[in-house]
Amino acid sequence: MSETTHVETAHAHQGFLRTYIFSTDHKMIGKQFLILGLLMMIVGGALALLFRWQLAYPEKPLPLIGASQKFLESGEPQTFMDRNWQEWMSKDDAEQNWLARNLPMGTVTPAFYNALFTMHATIMIFFVVMPILVGCFGNFLIPLMIGTRDMAFPVLNMLSFWTAFIAGLIMMVGFFVPGGHAAAGWTSYAPLSADPQWTGVDWGQGLWCISLIVVGISSLMGSINYITTIINMRAPGMTYFRLPLVIWSLFIVAILLLLALPVLTSALAMLLFDQWAGTHFFDVKGGGEPLLWQHLFWFFGHPEVYVLILPAMGIASEILPVFARKPIFGYRAMVYAMIAIAFLGWIVWGHHMFQSGMNPALGTTFMVSTMFISVPSAIKTFNWLGTLWGGNIRFTTPMLFAIAFVAMFVIGGLSGIYMASTPVDIFIHDTYYIVAHIHYVVFGGSMMGIFAGIYYWFPKMFGRQMNQTLGKIHFWLTFIAFNATFFPMHILGVGGHMRRIANPLQYQFLHDMQWMNVMITWSAIMLGFSQLLFAWNFITSIRRGKKAEENLWRANTLEWDAPTPPPHGNFLAQPSVYRGPYEYSSPEVEEDWLPQSRRLAATAGGSRNGH
Amino acid sequence: MLDWLPESLSTYSGEIDFFFYVIYYITAGVFVLVAGTMIYFLIKYRFREGRRAVYSHGNLTLEWVWTVATSVALLVLALASKPLWGRIKQELPPSNVKVQVTGKQYNWEVLYPGPDGVFDTKEDSLAGTLDDYQIDNEVHVPVNTVVHVHLKSKDVIHSFFVPVLRLKQDALPGREIKAWFEATRAGQYEIPCAELCGFGHSGMLGQLFVHEPADYQNWVQQTWPALETQAGGDSTQVPAENPKQ
Repeated sequence: MSETTHVETAHAHQGFLRTYIFSTDHKMIGKQFLILGLLMMIVGGALALLFRWQLAYPEKPLPLIGASQKFLESGEPQTFMDRNWQEWMSKDDAEQNWLARNLPMGTVTPAFYNALFTMHATIMIFFVVMPILVGCFGNFLIPLMIGTRDMAFPVLNMLSFWTAFIAGLIMMVGFFVPGGHAAAGWTSYAPLSADPQWTGVDWGQGLWCISLIVVGISSLMGSINYITTIINMRAPGMTYFRLPLVIWSLFIVAILLLLALPVLTSALAMLLFDQWAGTHFFDVKGGGEPLLWQHLFWFFGHPEVYVLILPAMGIASEILPVFARKPIFGYRAMVYAMIAIAFLGWIVWGHHMFQSGMNPALGTTFMVSTMFISVPSAIKTFNWLGTLWGGNIRFTTPMLFAIAFVAMFVIGGLSGIYMASTPVDIFIHDTYYIVAHIHYVVFGGSMMGIFAGIYYWFPKMFGRQMNQTLGKIHFWLTFIAFNATFFPMHILGVGGHMRRIANPLQYQFLHDMQWMNVMITWSAIMLGFSQLLFAWNFITSIRRGKKAEENLWRANTLEWDAPTPPPHGNFLAQPSVYRGPYEYSSPEVEEDWLPQSRRLAATAGGSRNGH
Repeated sequence: MLDWLPESLSTYSGEIDFFFYVIYYITAGVFVLVAGTMIYFLIKYRFREGRRAVYSHGNLTLEWVWTVATSVALLVLALASKPLWGRIKQELPPSNVKVQVTGKQYNWEVLYPGPDGVFDTKEDSLAGTLDDYQIDNEVHVPVNTVVHVHLKSKDVIHSFFVPVLRLKQDALPGREIKAWFEATRAGQYEIPCAELCGFGHSGMLGQLFVHEPADYQNWVQQTWPALETQAGGDSTQVPAENPKQ
């Protein structure tokens, strides 16, 4: 054993570049994805706050950075920003000034508004949730939890991160090109997105396509790596049905990505050709078909929704048993439910297109398949409840977020049933009801899962604990502000409030609801600022947090066998696996946990590859 | 929450609202049950020093019960939704009031066929007389009458949305999609565009004027003043009464 240690430490001595930048260590790559995702979260969140201000106070200058009302009325600069705006707006080349063009006097223009919500969604989905849930947790957890030294293809893994990084750079450059960034929604419906004449956006839309093609390549490299690693590199004794559920979820996500991304990539290439090469895939004038884009996009898009939620489901399935000190309820049902989602996810895409002009007879087909895809999600929810039943529940920060994940996911799942019913969808399609639904799934679901995961695995990643008190305050602020922000959006949707409109006051029938927009905006601001607490906790804990012991949560899965933080090569000795991952409160031992790798004298079948 | 629904003013809007309410009560019930059970478990099974959690891996009977129960409930909901969907989107009831609405950045271009009942502007001249009337953003229809809306688009995708009618249908370039409604109360209602169509999307707004029979006749006569003399007051092409009666 000591020999192995010696070899590992020797191996770990590499230069700064190889350790922190061009690392092939799956743990460092996981952390790189995490940092990328968290930084992009700041950008995506800031964009949301900008357009929320416009929705609450249409055509009013932003606070602090906008011009003052007095200045706008009298023309006499009152504040520091007033003098700046006066200077920027009066220059001959005001059109060349990025701020004067997009935010004249600090007011969001309608064109910039469209770019803001387009990029908010694009960044949050492709550069925050995917890098963190799939990139970070996938990379960090898979080798550690299946008991191996690293990914199957470490160099490909490094390439995957740096490809994603380049995609992120391309996406950021889009904000500063002439014509502004893509402004056709994250769904980029053609022909609006296919021809610059409809939006005035040329380079922005092109870079949007290119960036997503590049990030798709990154995800493909990652998914091939995940699939290979999980199939080939499991520790002795780690059968498929002893895999932790988060590994199952990442395995299924990798398969979904592998099959779905080529469709998106093809569609994006066609869109790019339509814009820049004069083809007419989606343009009627040249014999194209606008609905083709929607079919291709949503054929990718629906599996993508599950890419965003499955790993969070997996994380919740890890954390609930640990802090309830109970085996997961219905392990196999959980696995089969995820497999069912993976299959059904391919035949529900048409529910995004009920009102699109697609043959309404197809609508009925997609309604039935959509209703059925909520069954596996219901099964998972009931099993999480079953896991809590009879437990001995500790409310640690990760547990609070995992519980919130289940509760919020229930709301997001139930609100989906309204849209699945085709007649009801006629009314709520393209309203804030949809916005509320997607945020309950992607924020209430995926983001809560992300926070749960970060608080839970942070000690293993960085060797130190995050502050629990700050974590709990962060949880309650986030939970309250999240619900105050997104729940009223259901009501806006019921009132018929359309999505993607810049100024609700242009519509008589929305006037009575404007106070809700104001309330939502202030809740969103509170939600945004609550995350500063998380940022502070995260940054300070990396250097100054309490040192973490190896298995501080008393968990069973293999990553807790590795030293904290795990060295290059992860384990001091190759672990063997003797049982499933959730043997808590087992009568076989006195403690209430029983690690997968601990060999009990009496365990039948435990002799395989024993020490 | 559903008090916020806009007024319900078409023949099918009440049925849509009915489903809305049914799903609302079902999902609210499920949520209260799930959240209630969860909170109960969280309180009852909170950490106690020295207590040991139940060592249970699940229950196959329970798995079957909730799998089958949710599947059946959702299948019933889907099958129940189907006929209404078919009536709104697939089976257009006969009508002889029709209007063509063409989305274009950022207006609804509304075309009335006139007394001859044929859409034939100078651009696409077909059979019939050139008596069409075109105006932006104003849809005039009689109350209690089935109206066919021929939806088109000149540029990008728009979506014809009339909240009070519970009608929404995308307008696609290169296609004509027929939608229908029968308004049940006279008045003026808004027709926003519900699909992002460019920087002027917000504010792309038409008005639906649902007229009482007499008002509608007035509007017809003002719009086609020659009608009285030419056709001798023949109003079969633009009926003031419900054709079904």
